[in-house]
Amino acid sequence: MTEQTAVPDTSAVEDKPDAAVVRDALGVGVAVGLSGFAFGVTSAGSGLTPMQTCALSLLVFTGASQFALVGALAAGGNPITAAAGAFFLGVRNAFYGLRLSQLLALPRAVRPFAAQWVIDETTAVALAQPTRRGVRIGFTVTGLTLYLLWNLTTLLGALGAEAIGDTDAWGLDAAGPAVFLALLAPMLKTTTERAAATLAVLVGLGLLPVLPAGVPVLVAALAAPVVLWARGCRGSSAVEDSAREGER
Amino acid sequence: MSVWIAIGVTAVGCYAVKLLGLLVPAGALERPVVRRLAALLPVALLAALTAQQTFADGQALVLDARAAGVAAAALALVLRAPFLLVVAAAVVVTAGVRAMGG
Repeated sequence: MTEQTAVPDTSAVEDKPDAAVVRDALGVGVAVGLSGFAFGVTSAGSGLTPMQTCALSLLVFTGASQFALVGALAAGGNPITAAAGAFFLGVRNAFYGLRLSQLLALPRAVRPFAAQWVIDETTAVALAQPTRRGVRIGFTVTGLTLYLLWNLTTLLGALGAEAIGDTDAWGLDAAGPAVFLALLAPMLKTTTERAAATLAVLVGLGLLPVLPAGVPVLVAALAAPVVLWARGCRGSSAVEDSAREGER
Repeated sequence: MSVWIAIGVTAVGCYAVKLLGLLVPAGALERPVVRRLAALLPVALLAALTAQQTFADGQALVLDARAAGVAAAALALVLRAPFLLVVAAAVVVTAGVRAMGG
């Protein structure tokens, strides 16, 4: 992860000091990294051994999928169904990767190593940066901090689960959605984005009771093309959107 | 053993989709409509995830202490609180509401 200093950024359109990017990245990395504790406790409470719990954080490293998997296993689901639900939740990372590969412009040889860090939080921090240098710093610092802390706190949570007792009583289950909300909020700049978010919420909640775990979120992603298509038909936001295009 | 199978399948699948996204050639994404879509997809996914993690209990929709916690987080965001404080507000309020029997 040292290559990001190799390419000087000549396309800076907006000044944001490296220190500010690092501060943003550390804020997200530390806050979310600490919530690995909640995962460790939940996983141990679902009957997984500490080694199985730690393997999930080290190898899967995408929180929503991890929570979905241990939840399904605890509910008595068979391992393949449980894995399928977790996988469907993880598919969104492919979309993040599409966007990140444009912004990060990593050499092909580095991509397999960067891939494990392509998650909600690194994407959100990277997308918020005005320059390629900022994107790379944001992605790397968020990824590194979050990976180290998430795995460390997973271990602590798995070992300390019995001492803690009921995690829900501590409110730890609200940490996940709060993190997602904090990541989402800065992205809701235009009507197009707000419309897509609103539609996605309605679809995601509406389909939750009728489709298998993980699938409603994927269907909700269709809110993006639907809203773009609707805006295109009315032609009203073309100016607004092309203005935002110019930012990059 | 079956737990290890689930872990293995999930790990391989989740890594594969992450890598797939990064490996799609940049040329495939140069059309403006594709770029707009790639920018808007994370918004839709994050919104749906936030809603589900707030209101879902398994496959049932519920309104419980988490909603109060996430509302507190939203308020903290509006007040431009730092990230850790936003998450802390959600956790503390959720725990508080549950302690009061909510």
